Amino acid sequence: MKARYLLPIAVFLAIVAVFGLVLYQVSQGRNIREIPSPLIGKTVPEFELPLLLKPEQTFSSEQLKGQVSLVNVWASWCVSCRYEHDLLVRMSRNIDISIIGINYKDERMDALKWLRDMGNPYVASIFDHDGRVAIDWGVYGTPETFIVDQQGIIRYKHTGPITAEKLRNEIMPLVNKLREAGDTV
Amino acid sequence: MRTVLVLLLLSMGTVQAIGEIGIRNLEDERRFNELAKTLRCMVCQNQSIADSNAELALDFRDQVKKKINEGQTDAEIIDYMVERYGDYILYRPPFNMVTAILWMGPFILVVVGFLMILRTMRRQEKSPADANTGQQARLKELLEKSSDAGNRGG
Amino acid sequence: MIPEIGHFALVVALFVALIQTIMPVVGAYRGIPELMAMGRLAARAQFLFIAVSFAMLTLAFIENDFTVAYVAHNSNSALPIQYRIAAVWGAHEGSLLLWVFMLAFWGLAVTVFSKSLPEHFLARVMGVMGFIGVGFILFILMTSNPFDRLIPGAVDGRDLNPLLQDPGLIIHPPMLYMGYVGFSVAFAFAVAALLGGHLDATWVRWSRPWTTVAWLFLTIGIVLGSWWAYYELGWGGWWFWDPVENASLMPWLAGTALIHSLAVTEKRGAFKSWTVLLAILAFSLSLLGTFLVRSGVLVSVHAFASDPERGVFILAFLVVVIGSSLGLYAWRAPSVHVGGRFELFSREMLLLANNVLLMAALAAVLMGTMAPIVLDALNLGKISVGPPYFNAVFVPVMLPLAILIGVGPLVGWRSGDVRPLFKKLRTVFMVSLITGVVLPLMAVGKTTLMVMASLAIAMWVILSSAQYLKERLARRSGNKGLSAGVYGMVVAHAGVGVFVIGVTLSSAFSVERDVHVRVGDTVQVNDFGFHLDEVKSIRGPNYHSDMAQVTITRGGEKVGILTPEKRTYFVQTMPMTEASIDTTFFRDLYVALAEQRDEDGWALRVYHRPFQAWIWAGPLLMALGGILAVSDRRYRVSAKHVVQARQKPASGPVSGGARA
Repeated sequence: MKARYLLPIAVFLAIVAVFGLVLYQVSQGRNIREIPSPLIGKTVPEFELPLLLKPEQTFSSEQLKGQVSLVNVWASWCVSCRYEHDLLVRMSRNIDISIIGINYKDERMDALKWLRDMGNPYVASIFDHDGRVAIDWGVYGTPETFIVDQQGIIRYKHTGPITAEKLRNEIMPLVNKLREAGDTV
Repeated sequence: MRTVLVLLLLSMGTVQAIGEIGIRNLEDERRFNELAKTLRCMVCQNQSIADSNAELALDFRDQVKKKINEGQTDAEIIDYMVERYGDYILYRPPFNMVTAILWMGPFILVVVGFLMILRTMRRQEKSPADANTGQQARLKELLEKSSDAGNRGG
Repeated sequence: MIPEIGHFALVVALFVALIQTIMPVVGAYRGIPELMAMGRLAARAQFLFIAVSFAMLTLAFIENDFTVAYVAHNSNSALPIQYRIAAVWGAHEGSLLLWVFMLAFWGLAVTVFSKSLPEHFLARVMGVMGFIGVGFILFILMTSNPFDRLIPGAVDGRDLNPLLQDPGLIIHPPMLYMGYVGFSVAFAFAVAALLGGHLDATWVRWSRPWTTVAWLFLTIGIVLGSWWAYYELGWGGWWFWDPVENASLMPWLAGTALIHSLAVTEKRGAFKSWTVLLAILAFSLSLLGTFLVRSGVLVSVHAFASDPERGVFILAFLVVVIGSSLGLYAWRAPSVHVGGRFELFSREMLLLANNVLLMAALAAVLMGTMAPIVLDALNLGKISVGPPYFNAVFVPVMLPLAILIGVGPLVGWRSGDVRPLFKKLRTVFMVSLITGVVLPLMAVGKTTLMVMASLAIAMWVILSSAQYLKERLARRSGNKGLSAGVYGMVVAHAGVGVFVIGVTLSSAFSVERDVHVRVGDTVQVNDFGFHLDEVKSIRGPNYHSDMAQVTITRGGEKVGILTPEKRTYFVQTMPMTEASIDTTFFRDLYVALAEQRDEDGWALRVYHRPFQAWIWAGPLLMALGGILAVSDRRYRVSAKHVVQARQKPASGPVSGGARA
């Protein structure tokens, strides 16, 4: 009998608890806009597209298999890409990892100029002019970075520019783990 | 930071939308309009791809038009988008264990609400007070009738 | 100097609000008339100081004082004067000041119009409203001070968000806030009644007009917001189920339930504790909306720029205000004895059913708004809840409510007989059914089952309201007129019917074309031709614009000229769509200019929306009904008599020596 008068405050406190939790998570650095990709744990979407540098050659999803690679979606018009580009270039020089680029909805001339001016960290960049392949990859905001393992399975995705911290704390540990796992198989 | 924002807007302006895709007939166009309203523009604050003029929304719209022209059903197109972008892209949340309360909660509340009214009335009937007995009997009869109806309905 | 005066006035207002919170409540508890009287005085002083503060901020905007950070961020020297004034409430800090200003205004209004309230009751009401004021003024001063200086000052301002540079913005937020904040009066009355331990029907009578006024402002505010979104966002939609819209709809639903529940409690003394709970709920939902919009927990089109610190403050404040009032409710409500008896088929019962359905609808909105937040916080995945969900859940709950509207007024209090009702409503039922089927066929030449059902229900609402009015007019004694309250109810209910007609026909039969045209092309929508005559460049005070001229023809005859624009504001360079609309009684023709595709090719959105204006006419009728209801003579009779008459039978247990 009395309990039913306590119901409103119970519902209210439950709502407060959720809001409190969200505020706590945000204060701990959680980004509520981050959307997990459903592609994680799945094989990379199939594609075959011309290379940016050598338009007469193509690159296909099959070629991603056999090694752990970083797939980076970028464009010359994308401002945030500028922030991570330096880091990518340094990675390509100092760390043993193959970075594949997906050049997203760009003009070939602009993209080539960008690589000439700012350095080319990619072992290969594919030219996705109309962005169709990117849609298959679930791309919605450049830059995006995926980790693909030896079997061609997507293991990780990050939306937005990668930082040295992300690289140290999330990306490299996962890459190393995948490599070890791959070696023992 | 501000200049960055301006640059961002300017740079976005230079991107060209992929070629305009036409739609064959009015029925397909109506289907497209309905579908576009149920898909979320991922980069926007809270807009469907029908409501947004963001670059990504234009691409999604073209993609949906293309699929419609290929003869795919609404369900196939929705599956295609969800496979790539997750449930987040759907403005109609899927019905599953987690969202069951969301979908059924309001209707359960209607049922519980009416049950509570009936219970309150039963209590009122039991409580020793000044209501005349004739009325009470009538009430009881009505209550039984309605709870029977409720049982049949359930 | 001006911003410092404003800031100082706000600090003074804080102390005045503190006095308003403490003194009268202590006075009521101890039975000291002098302390109780301080509540009224403090409420008036609070209004004065906040008005000064508000005026100073407005002055800073008018004078383009870009050394004030808030002005520099939200105004510009090229901004026209009316938008400079409206910019005061164009962003977070200033809109909060508007919120507090409204609160102080309602407090003032209570002191002016409730002179006849018992002194101890008024004292507690003042105390509760004072406390809400303390919380919000403190919030402004601690986290969101609009008077903060910018050092060094900006040369020019960043301009007001172009979306907000519209006549709609000038009146939409003030109306909405008047409604939101207005529920604080009913809330304060309910809490004061709980504090005093007198949960009899007297507080109900006092809070009825206040609730109705707050509700009608909220109604107008929501309509304006919807209308503004319709022509300003350029998408042709009028309701997006955005969390921010939901934040205003939830208190509206609770307020609607409260208005009906208050009627039962006043007339029949039933559902006392439920009515108290609703009064707490309506204002709690206003506060919850404030939290949702300003704390950064959700992603929405028009959420304010927000940070977690603000969120923590409001959440803490919510816990104190709502938590303690619900706690008080759990403590005091069980001792309330159940009111008058009624039978299963009675007006009480139908009004209770109305409340159940409104609460279910409210739950749908609340759950839909909260679900993405809850699931994300608990790592259960990211989902979006949008129009398809609400259409599937909210609408089926609300349509039965519309059916009840038709029956409710015609059924007597305590017990109604079903049989005469059948007879009375038989004609109405038949006519509704027939018009539901025939009307769309006549108007647009096609129909669906859902359309027929909705239209029949809408006609049912309107016709049965008319039937009720006819009956009341026939029954009145001699030449005495009906009370304004009766007209108010009939008009408001008819408004529901008008709204349902508008929504049904507009959403079922709107034709939307999203086309790529060149100058000289014609788009055909139904039997209207839209001819793009030209697109010319024009310059506004703080923007330049591509303005299209579209001539509409029907069967070769010219219907009108529309001039949709695509504006680019100089400072905030995002493109803005200004739709152009031709409205008649039966349809809207809507043209929006989207992006330029090539040299003289443009993307154009064209709509033909039947009965669109009815969507706004309906709620405006509801608001008009509210105005009629509060103009009822009985609210104007010297309320002193009412108090005296009511106090005699209502002398319940005296607690805390409140009755000095």
